[in-house]
Amino acid sequence: MSTSYAALLEISDLKVEFPTRRGTLVAVNGVSFNIEPGEVLGLVGESGAGKSMTGNAIIGLLEAPGRIAGGAIRLAGRRIDDLPYEEMRKIRGREIGAIFQDPLTSLNPLYTIERQLVETMTTHLGISKGKARERAIELLHEVGIPSAGERIHHYPHQFSGGMRQRVVIALALCSDPKLIIADEPTTALDVSIQAQIIGLMKKLCRDYQTAILLITHDMGVIAETADRVAVMYAGRVVEIGSVRDVVRRGQHPYTRGLMGSIPKIGDNVEHLSQIDGAMPGLTEVPSGCAFHPRCGVAMSVCRQDTPILQRCDHTEVACWQVVDARTGPKGEA
Amino acid sequence: MTGNVMIRVENLRRYFYSTPPLLNRLIEGKRRQTIRAVDGIDFEIKTGRCLSLVGESGCGKSTVARLVVGLYKPTTGRIEFGGGRPDSPAAGETDPSTQRVQMIFQDPYASLNPRWRVSDIVAEPIRHENRRKGRMEISQRVGELLSLVGLSPGDGRKYPHEFSGGQRQRVSIARALAGDPDFLVCDEPTSALDVSVQAQILNLMKRLQQQYRLTYLFISHDLAVVYYISDDVGVMYLGRLCELADTQTLFARPKHPYTRFLLDAIPDLGMGGRERMPVGGEVPSPINPPTGCSFHPRCPHADIRCKTEVPRLNEHDGTRVACHAVEEGRLPDPKH
Amino acid sequence: MVIESFRRFVGSDIWFSFKQSKVTLCAAAVSAAIILAAVAAPLISLQNPFDPVVLDLMDAFSPPVWLEEGSWVFPLGSDDQGRDLYSAILYGSRVSLLIGFSSVVLAMFVGVTLGLVAGYVGGVVDGVIMRVADVQISFPAILIALLIDGVMRALLPGGRHEEMVFYVLVLSIGLSQWVQFARTVRGSTMVERNKEYVQAARVIGISAPMIMLRHILPNVMGPVLVIGTISLAVAILTEATLSFLGVGVPPTEPSLGTLIRVGQDFLFSGEWWIVIFPGVTLATLILAVNLLGDWMRDAFNPKLR
Repeated sequence: MSTSYAALLEISDLKVEFPTRRGTLVAVNGVSFNIEPGEVLGLVGESGAGKSMTGNAIIGLLEAPGRIAGGAIRLAGRRIDDLPYEEMRKIRGREIGAIFQDPLTSLNPLYTIERQLVETMTTHLGISKGKARERAIELLHEVGIPSAGERIHHYPHQFSGGMRQRVVIALALCSDPKLIIADEPTTALDVSIQAQIIGLMKKLCRDYQTAILLITHDMGVIAETADRVAVMYAGRVVEIGSVRDVVRRGQHPYTRGLMGSIPKIGDNVEHLSQIDGAMPGLTEVPSGCAFHPRCGVAMSVCRQDTPILQRCDHTEVACWQVVDARTGPKGEA
Repeated sequence: MTGNVMIRVENLRRYFYSTPPLLNRLIEGKRRQTIRAVDGIDFEIKTGRCLSLVGESGCGKSTVARLVVGLYKPTTGRIEFGGGRPDSPAAGETDPSTQRVQMIFQDPYASLNPRWRVSDIVAEPIRHENRRKGRMEISQRVGELLSLVGLSPGDGRKYPHEFSGGQRQRVSIARALAGDPDFLVCDEPTSALDVSVQAQILNLMKRLQQQYRLTYLFISHDLAVVYYISDDVGVMYLGRLCELADTQTLFARPKHPYTRFLLDAIPDLGMGGRERMPVGGEVPSPINPPTGCSFHPRCPHADIRCKTEVPRLNEHDGTRVACHAVEEGRLPDPKH
Repeated sequence: MVIESFRRFVGSDIWFSFKQSKVTLCAAAVSAAIILAAVAAPLISLQNPFDPVVLDLMDAFSPPVWLEEGSWVFPLGSDDQGRDLYSAILYGSRVSLLIGFSSVVLAMFVGVTLGLVAGYVGGVVDGVIMRVADVQISFPAILIALLIDGVMRALLPGGRHEEMVFYVLVLSIGLSQWVQFARTVRGSTMVERNKEYVQAARVIGISAPMIMLRHILPNVMGPVLVIGTISLAVAILTEATLSFLGVGVPPTEPSLGTLIRVGQDFLFSGEWWIVIFPGVTLATLILAVNLLGDWMRDAFNPKLR
C-alpha cells in the first residue's frame, strides 16, 4: 500500500509549557520522534522527565494551564495539535486509543461495560447498536475475559484489577484506532498479571496492526514489548534506537547509567552502577545539556550548548561527547 | 537458640476480622469475615544476613514486617530475638532492646513528619533512648548520621518537603540507624523510587549492612532487587511460605511451582527470548482462600491431595519447600 | 525560627491569595480595627461609662453629635443613665471579645483533645466521645449554653454567681462549641494515624500521648484555625444573645448584647441611637470575622489551590 506520509505519528520539536505565578515551566522541551504503523515505541524515563506530558499532549488531554507551546504533532500526515476541541475529540476516540495506569479512573463506574463499549463504537464507527454489541463481546473474548457474553453486563467494580485492565484495552481497541497511547499500563499490577497484559498487548498489536506508544519507567516491560525505545531526560529525548541497541549498547551516558543501575537476576555484582544526584526539577534545569552536572564525561561545550539528536552508528543520540568521539579519530561523521 | 541467630519466627499467624456493623449483621445476616493475612510462617535469620520476603499483593509480607517490629500483635505464634528475649517490644518500653529493631518504610513522603525538621526526626530515637544526652552531643550524632547516609549535616535544618524521594529515604535510614539497631526491617524501601535513585539507596543499604554487620528483613515484590541484596529468600503466597532458600539456589533451581511461575513472569531485561509459560488466573482474595494448598487452582501439577491438605514447609534437597508435588517427586526439572 | 516561618508565609500562595481578595482585606482591617479599639478602650474612650461616679442623669438621652441638641461630649449620644454610647461601645466590645476569645480557646482545647484521643485510640473510647458529641450537637448551642448557665446558677449560691459570671459564661459558650473541633480533628487524626511517620514513632517506642501531642497535633491544626475563626463569631453572637436575654453579663459590666437589650426599650420612643450603634458594631464585627473565616477556609483547602 503506497502512502503519502512517512510515518503514522510524527512529533516535531514538541514543547509543552506551564505558565505559573513564578514563571513559565517547560515540561517538554523540543521532543521529536516518529512512530511507524504497527510499531511499538517505548518512551522511557524517570519521574519528571516529561514522558506523560508528551503522551497527554498527543492525545489532547493536557490539563490547563499546561499547553502546547511549540512544535507539531502529525497523525498520518495531518496536523492534530492545532485542532479545535470538537475535531480533536473525534480523532481521539476514533484514531487514537488510550490506556492509562489506573483502570478505575479509565472506566466509568456507573455504566456497564456493555454500555461503554457500545457507546464508543456507535459514536466513532457509526455502526448499529446490535453490531456494536456483537463486536464488543468478540473483543472481550479476545482480550481474555471468560464468559464474555455474560460479563459484558457487569460494572467495572465487579472485575478484578487485571481483568479491568483487559477491559480498558478492549475499550481502547474497539474503535479500531491506528495508534494507542499506553501510559504506565502495567505499573499498578502484580508481576504475574503484568506478564499476561504485556503478552496481550503484543498479540493484539500484531493482529490489528495498531501502533503503540508505550510510556513507562519500567525498562523490563519495554524490553519485552517494544520494538524501539526513546529515552527521555528533563524534557528532552536523549537517545532513540532499537530496544536491543539502546539496552545493550546505549551510547548516551544517561542511558548507560540507567541500564547499569537496574539490578538483573544472574548478575552477581558487588555494587550497582549508580548515577549520583537526581533529575533536576522543572525549575532547575541546567544550561546546555541538562545531564551535564551528573555526567562523568562532561566537556565544556556540554555546559553551554544543548546537544541535538543525531544519528551516530546504531542509535540517535543527543550528546556532544558521542559526536566528539566519532568525529575525532574517524574524521567526518 | 544459638548465639548467632538474630530472629526466629515460629508458626506466626495474624488474622484480621472485618465485622460489618451490628445492624448489617442482624438485618442482612452477614457474618464476621476473617482475613488470614499471615497463616503460619516459620523462618529464622542469622546475624549479619539479609532475608527477603517476596510475593505479590495480598501475600502478607508487609504484615509479617509489622508483626516482627511490634506494630501488630500476633494472633498466635512466637517471635524471638537473639539472646532469648521473647517477643516484640511492648509499647512504651524503655528497655534498650526496643532500639535493636528498627524499620524503614515504603513511602518516602509519608514516613517523615512533614512538620518536623530533619534533625529532630533523626534525633528522635536518640532522645527517646537517653534523655540525658546534651544538645551538642545529639546534634553531633545527627550530623554524623546524615553524612553516613550521603546527606550533609547542614541538611538537618530543612524540612522533609525540601528533599526528593531518594533523599527522604536516606533520612529514614538515618533515623533507623540513630537507634543503634542490630536488626532492620525494610518494607519495600525502594519501590516508590526511580531506578537510578533505587540503585543509590540499594548500594547504601548494602554498604551499611557490611559496615555495621546489620541483619535485614527485606520486603519486596521486585525479584531483581531481591536477587541483588539478599542472602536468603522466602517466597510467600496468600499468607504462607512456599519456598525458603538461599538466593543463589532459589533463583538457579526454583522448586515450588509458584516460584517457577514468578521467575518466569518477570520481564526479561536480558531479552533471552524465552518461551513464556503464562499461568492464568489472579491471586485469590485472602478472605476466601482456596482449601488445601492455596496455589492449587492455578497450579498445573495440582492433584486431590493438593486440594485438601495444606503442605508444610519441609526440607528438600537443601531448600525448604511447601509442595506435595515436590515431595512426591512429581515435578519435572525446570528448563533453563 | 519565627522569622523563618514568617518569611515562608509571606512568600506563600496563602499570602498571595489574601492580598488578591479585597473583601478579605477589608474584613481583616475592620476586625483588626475593632479589636484594637476594644483593647485600647481605656485610652481612647471619653469616659469610663461604668463608673457610677462619672455619670450624671442630666446627660441622659443626648442624641448623636450630628443631630440638633447633640454635642461632642457624647458623639454617638448617651443612654438612659447618661452614659456616653461611644465609650460604652468600646468597653462593651471589650467584654464581648474577651468572652468570645476565651470561650473559643476553651472549646478548642476541649475539642482538639477529645478529637485526638477519639481518633487515635479508636474503639470504645471513640464511640463514647462521638456519641456524646452527637447528642450535644442535636441541641442548638444557645440551648446548651443556657442549660449550663442555669445549672451553674443553681449550684453556686447567689453572691458567688455574680463573681463567677464571667467564668460561667466562658464555660457555657465554650462547651457548646467543642464538638465541631473534635469532629474535624478526629477525622484528620484517623488519617494521620495510619501514615508511616506515626508507625515509625511507634517502632521507636514513643508513647501514645507523646505521639498524639508532638506528631499528630501539628499536622491536624490547620482546619482548627479556620473553625476557630468562625467559632469566634458564633461565640460573640451567643454571648450577645445570652446577655440580651438577661442571663449573660451583669448590667454593671455590659457587653454589646446588654447594650442592645437596654437600648431596645427606647427604640420606639425616639432614642434610636442607643440600640442602633451597638447593634451595628456587633453586626460588623461578626460579619468581618465570618468573612475572614471564609477566606481562611478556602485558602487552606488544598483541593482548591
